[in-house]
Amino acid sequence: MTFLQFIFYVLAGIAAISGLMMISVKNPVKAALWLVLAFISTAGVWLTAQAEFLGLVLILVYVGAVMVLFLFVVMMLDINVAQIKEGFTRYLPLGVLVSIAIFALMYLVLGPDRFGLSHYPSPQEFGANYSNTKAIAVPLYTTHAYAFILAAVLLLVGIIAAITLTLRRRPTTEVLYQDIDKQVKVRAEDRFRMVKMDAVVEADVKKEEGKDE
Amino acid sequence: MIALSDYLVFGAVLFMISMAGIFLNRKNIIILLMSIELLLLAVNTNLVAFSHYLNDVTGQIFVFFIMTVAAAEAAIGLAIIVLVFRNRKSINVDDLGSMKG
Repeated sequence: MTFLQFIFYVLAGIAAISGLMMISVKNPVKAALWLVLAFISTAGVWLTAQAEFLGLVLILVYVGAVMVLFLFVVMMLDINVAQIKEGFTRYLPLGVLVSIAIFALMYLVLGPDRFGLSHYPSPQEFGANYSNTKAIAVPLYTTHAYAFILAAVLLLVGIIAAITLTLRRRPTTEVLYQDIDKQVKVRAEDRFRMVKMDAVVEADVKKEEGKDE
Repeated sequence: MIALSDYLVFGAVLFMISMAGIFLNRKNIIILLMSIELLLLAVNTNLVAFSHYLNDVTGQIFVFFIMTVAAAEAAIGLAIIVLVFRNRKSINVDDLGSMKG
């Protein structure tokens, strides 16, 4: 067993165990933290497959952004932890049965009989001056440029959807809002009314005051 | 050396675990979403492994796009969960059964 193989098995074991912990712990915050561990160790597994850029992006995007978002939402919602695990044991036999059946089928297809080293020999190791980021970037910006722009549009759609879904407008009796459309549309006639009337001469104030004295 | 089948079996294990998670956590829709993220991770691991062993970088570009879609999906899914919780005061999956077409 080479050193790289040892690292691979350790990281894969950590990822599998933390995945199991994620689906079995009660507290959703702990589940999110276990999932973070699974992501980090899987990023290590990707590094052993010489996918350095994606391994680091997995940590940056998933651990840094998506899981923090999950933690935010979990902490924002007031979840009844005791109620959550009701029915866990009820579905346990079915879940274990189905997942083991699926794993057995996958192992029959993906096992060492078909995808072992004899069928797919280990590819050559790249030197120290090989840049995985550049190898991804060149086709990404040339042959896949259209898909890249579509991905950007998709992210924009995600931003707009998430904001409009969670935007809450309280009734105007509680909070006053500034309606810029209305403010711009206002004309002088709406605010100011000219009234025709006869001139009224006021009585001489000084004379009146003098009389009182 | 690490064989291709090792990566594929690792992906299958992750896939199996997250499948079991979707079966078991019927009460908490957040853990359901996390299981879906793990499912996508298992698939991405397969793509990375094939990209490595077939010496073709297209698999990694595919993973890049899958991660973009997964991030957008997670953001929208969490926004929907916040809305559901605001309206129903619970995120129990069974309670969502009343949402019949």
